Amino acid sequence: MSIILETKQINKYFGKTKPFHVLKDISLGIKQGEFASIMGKSGSGKSTLLYILSTMDTDYSGELYLQNELITGKSQPELSHIRNKKIGFIFQFHYLLPEFSVLENVMLPAKKLGLKTLAEIREEAMDLLKNLNIGHLDSKKASKISGGEKQRVAVARALINEPVLLIGDEPTGNLDSSNSENLFQILKKLKEKKGLSLLMVTHDEDLAKRTDRTIYLEDGRIVN
Amino acid sequence: MRSWKVILEIARTHLFTKLKSTVTASIGVTFGIAAYITLVSFMTGLNSMLDDLILNQVPHIHLYNEIEPSEKQPISLYKEFEDAVPIIHSIKPRQNQRKIHNAIPILNDLEKNEKVKGASPQLQAQIFYLSGSIELGGNLTGIDIMKESKLSNIQDYIIEGSILDLKNTQNGILLGSGVAKKMSLSVGRKIMVSTARGNRIQLKVVGIYQSGIAEVDNIQSFANLKTVQRILGEAENYITDINIKLNDISQAPALAKVMERKYNVSARDINEINAQFETGSNIRNLITYAVSITLLIVAGFGIYNIQNMLIYEKMNDIAILKAIGFSGADVQLIFLSQAAFIGFSGGILGLILGLGLTNFIDNVPFETEALPTITTYPVNYNPVNYIIGFFFALLCTFIAAYFPSRKAKNIDPVLIIRGN
Repeated sequence: MSIILETKQINKYFGKTKPFHVLKDISLGIKQGEFASIMGKSGSGKSTLLYILSTMDTDYSGELYLQNELITGKSQPELSHIRNKKIGFIFQFHYLLPEFSVLENVMLPAKKLGLKTLAEIREEAMDLLKNLNIGHLDSKKASKISGGEKQRVAVARALINEPVLLIGDEPTGNLDSSNSENLFQILKKLKEKKGLSLLMVTHDEDLAKRTDRTIYLEDGRIVN
Repeated sequence: MRSWKVILEIARTHLFTKLKSTVTASIGVTFGIAAYITLVSFMTGLNSMLDDLILNQVPHIHLYNEIEPSEKQPISLYKEFEDAVPIIHSIKPRQNQRKIHNAIPILNDLEKNEKVKGASPQLQAQIFYLSGSIELGGNLTGIDIMKESKLSNIQDYIIEGSILDLKNTQNGILLGSGVAKKMSLSVGRKIMVSTARGNRIQLKVVGIYQSGIAEVDNIQSFANLKTVQRILGEAENYITDINIKLNDISQAPALAKVMERKYNVSARDINEINAQFETGSNIRNLITYAVSITLLIVAGFGIYNIQNMLIYEKMNDIAILKAIGFSGADVQLIFLSQAAFIGFSGGILGLILGLGLTNFIDNVPFETEALPTITTYPVNYNPVNYIIGFFFALLCTFIAAYFPSRKAKNIDPVLIIRGN
């Protein structure tokens, strides 16, 4: 199976006057169709690693490859384009644009990419919402729906451009157990049906055990 | 790469969900621009009125015979003194006639000149206004009233009677308002004038002339050219001055030099006559623009504040947009297009409000003795002011929004997402 995401010797420091070594020689690879989770105590650097993998944090040393293409050193607009096209995001605090409707939130990344017509994008966004059982919420304001619903909308938004990689920063962290289970099933199905690669940071050991692979971080080092 | 449509859509949604701040920011621009338009229209209106007050009565080129010593003194004709430096004491002005030689042919020639709008002959005479034993010194100018009315708007300064009254009355006089007041004369009465040589003649007051400049009105009167020629006992070609109006005032200095040589007379152009005048209006314009720009800058700070606040409120949105693939420049464009909208709508409203206010000022009664033809405050509706105002509104909002928007561009999404 081909490798989607790969890092070589990633190191990161925080602060300038008294540098703090957050990530130490991180080398890992995520295969296509793999559901990987990152676990570790607070301060172990797991979120930091996730944001480097997501291309949003560029302040590190080492090399990052996405689909065997070197990402490290690319310009900000190029990175924006990569995030737009190839990476889907789900955050802990759902992060929808509150003034836009649910449907508009989902359509936004596709409109930015601009490869399809508006009608096509609308069609696909509706399909995604229906598949996630929230088709009836399409015209509601994003600020007016429940937490579990918001997180499912965020999943739909992450999927609209058919990314190769889905990244979650404790996507279930803010949900109750039934909603959390619900979301996990959705993610799992995506992996099985579409062969999507998933990478998520979590605190929940039970969830982590049910993923294909768990990467443990301790003091900025991979320990398993 | 740039997807304008979605950027504008986000900008629009922000604007309309935060309608209150949008309206506040727009009102700031509106008042700034409205004040600018009102002030500039009013001030330039006032300026051009004051300019007209003097410039209307001043010809673009004035032809006359200067009293001056000959340039070539007789001694220079002697060959014996060719290499010497002559020193002459008590040089006298050259004996010269006051009248312009060949005045009628010159006038005809000027009428044919395409650059000349018109030329009017004048005969300046020093006279005394007589009232019993009292003699008041004054100027009587003989004019061709019909030509003069076309070239110098003299009819605007006739507060009683009309130009036709003068034209149709052989011994008529347009009396300066100051003289009329001093001598308690009104239209229809008669006045005795005497020339410097002592010739006396009785003239009928057909109108009162008021330039608005008291020193002029206290001495100046007008009569028909022929009447003055008769009073002075001179022939019909006796003309001392020719006043010329040009189609293009900027050519005055150059043409004055040409005419001086061509007609062998002295010629002064409007810049020489009124050099200090232009300085005055330039300074007034400068003050106007300084005040207006201050107003717009104040409006600009209002926009800056509101944009700054908006960006702090939208931190989360900015982070999300960046995470899902919008670049920093895209985010900046969102905020800049919002500013453009505020500048555009506020600017347009400002122009309309400004037009309304100037229109109001235009209708406020304003009567002054100095300006007989003016009944309301003068206002200038020059479209250039509106264009400048509008572009300044856009420029001001752009600059005010540029710095906050640059901040939005450089926000690190990781810091915001992790901060929560």
